[in-house]
Amino acid sequence: MEGLTVLAERKQLVGPGDVLAEGPYFAGENTYREGSKIFASRVGMADVIGNKLIVMPVKGAYIPRMDDIVLGRVFDIGMSGWQVDIYAPYPAMLPASETPMHRGRDSVRHDLRSIYGVGDLMIAQVIAFDRTRDPLLTTKGRGLGKVTSGRVARINNTKIPRVIGKKGSMITMLKKETGTDIIPGQNGVILVTGRNPDQELIAVEAIYMIEREAHTTGLTDRVKAMILERMKGITVGQ
Amino acid sequence: MSATHQPSPVAKLEQKTVRDLILKGKRIDDRGPLDYRPLTIMLGTVEKANGSAQVYLGKTKILAGVKVQVGTPFPDTPNEGILTVNAEFVPLAYPTFEAGPPDENSIELARVVDRGIRESKAIDLAKMCIDPGKKVLVIFVDVYVLDHDGNLIDAAGMAALGALISAKMQAFEVKGGEIKYKDTKIPLPMQNYPVPITSVKLDGSIIVDPCLEEEQVMSCRLTVTTDKDGNVCAMQKGGLGVFTPEEIKQIISSSVNKSRELREKILSKVN
Amino acid sequence: MDGRRLDELRPIKLEVGILDKADGSAYIEHGRNKILAAVFGPREAHPKHIALADRAVVKCRYHMAPFSTDERKSPAPSRRELELSKVIRESLEPSIMSEYFPRSTIDIIIEVLQADAGTRCAGITAASLALADAGIPLRELVAACAAGKIDGKVVLDLSDIEDKKGDADLPVAYMPKSNAIGLLQMDGSMTEEELKQALDMAINACKTIYDMQRDALRRKYHIERDESETEEVTEVKA
Repeated sequence: MEGLTVLAERKQLVGPGDVLAEGPYFAGENTYREGSKIFASRVGMADVIGNKLIVMPVKGAYIPRMDDIVLGRVFDIGMSGWQVDIYAPYPAMLPASETPMHRGRDSVRHDLRSIYGVGDLMIAQVIAFDRTRDPLLTTKGRGLGKVTSGRVARINNTKIPRVIGKKGSMITMLKKETGTDIIPGQNGVILVTGRNPDQELIAVEAIYMIEREAHTTGLTDRVKAMILERMKGITVGQ
Repeated sequence: MSATHQPSPVAKLEQKTVRDLILKGKRIDDRGPLDYRPLTIMLGTVEKANGSAQVYLGKTKILAGVKVQVGTPFPDTPNEGILTVNAEFVPLAYPTFEAGPPDENSIELARVVDRGIRESKAIDLAKMCIDPGKKVLVIFVDVYVLDHDGNLIDAAGMAALGALISAKMQAFEVKGGEIKYKDTKIPLPMQNYPVPITSVKLDGSIIVDPCLEEEQVMSCRLTVTTDKDGNVCAMQKGGLGVFTPEEIKQIISSSVNKSRELREKILSKVN
Repeated sequence: MDGRRLDELRPIKLEVGILDKADGSAYIEHGRNKILAAVFGPREAHPKHIALADRAVVKCRYHMAPFSTDERKSPAPSRRELELSKVIRESLEPSIMSEYFPRSTIDIIIEVLQADAGTRCAGITAASLALADAGIPLRELVAACAAGKIDGKVVLDLSDIEDKKGDADLPVAYMPKSNAIGLLQMDGSMTEEELKQALDMAINACKTIYDMQRDALRRKYHIERDESETEEVTEVKA
């Protein structure tokens, strides 16, 4: 396409200030327009979708989006809800009214603590977030709520798509080969639950391997090979 | 830690007023882009100090005091006197000035004024030695900001210069490594007269001597300190905006020019 | 003095992403300067009252290790370090698209491990890379270098010995794409002509350093995208 630079055309690595295109294009995620040109604002891979330029970032802070599933840790309890650390620049809030246990009674701090205490981990969904206020969470929904067992892996949120894989191919393989259940939070926090801790450990190692080698090809096969190798000394409880 | 400043308490409309005028080539107080506000310099207002100068630049008011005392030299310059410049943003000068240790703005101001005096070798520090390696004279320049209406650096630089030029110290001679004071008073050994000129970029226009409203709306500033021979002895860019190289060169030229005018004003006060 | 041409840079080595716990980091060796820069953020503002409603607060700390200079330097921040923290912040902040992260802070930490003149410039060069490494959206990178005057001649990139003997020092931070100067200081004595010459010399050096910065980013993330097939990567929302 005319106006696209080589960087954008060949889906190359770009950095802040690199020119991606000139002309009638739209500046998508992680790009910006100045005059007639569109520039990258973050390190990542340039891509073109229609006539929109984007950069898929290599690394960065998690910025919550509506409907994201996240894993968070309670760090404070207020009058009507909990303050949850979702490993983002903004602390999230889970109002008591957004938990399934809530029956419309006045919440007293004492009662709240019996649902979630400080330090508890939860799976929640983002129901509101904008520039003027902190993200709002809910735990009303299937699969949401307190996490009581399993292991947590924390990776950069930009690598979550890689852990899931195209049409879920990577995560399906991970679950099958390690015999664990894996829930990836969009904020980079992943919960792994298995029958025994050895399986969980292997799954976690696999996840970190994916994060480290996200840029390479043939990753799914290599991760699978690593898992099979490690699983060999373990009694699997299916 | 240096942190982004809180926004100034100026409404968008008030900012717009300044901006719109600038676009028309005018300033909020009717000055031209190269005009300084009315400048008043009074020397010797604090008799107990060795030297003092009070500068009114528009509504900005700064008092600088000079004290000369005996002290120990720095190990790497055993034969030279010491110059030290400090600035206080006195709480009475502006509603948000707080008492306490100097903040980054007052430290920056003090260091820029210091650089001008030091790098131009305005004071012949070699003449301030009493006992090499053991005793020298220390010149304390304290800049006291009394009323903040913009362009504190220039006003401070001029006040410091005025205080130094008009300062009087006890004549002395050195006998056997001891200082012996004589009856007469002599001026400090001054040999240069640095003057800072601050320009500010606002919506693409460059203006000198910003008043407070202009400072609150500015993009960035550049202070250029020039000595009596037209040499530049200090420069400091400040603010979150940026300059092009061409703008910098333009400002350097106009500052070197402008400093002559102001230097004359200051020197004429002494004589 | 050390055998370089008048307009020759001291050797520079750059490395990106060397610290594990910082969100972004970079290490620079510029002549005998050895400086580490790290970035945390965007993250929650502490204390809350310094937060700005419409953009991130950028905090910057320039500090010299006690063993970094010929004479041991007290670890307490000196007036010089406070001034430099301010001017360095003012050179980097224009490149940061801080309006993306209201009510948060971005912390830049520069530690000089070994000093040999030109530390603030080397610090800026490294800090800009650390910001990019952290995935913070930037307009472009900021490169910095100092010019000066010794024995009446305008010269580039003074070392410590040269600086002590020299007649003037002019540190400059520059963004090539925007043709913008974010840091400019000078001390010494120069005629207008010499000053303009030194400025041009420093800007040219900044352009060279800018290319080195982009190269350093490429080396760190180069293999990240070079071979990747787009099939492997998807944007999936849980």
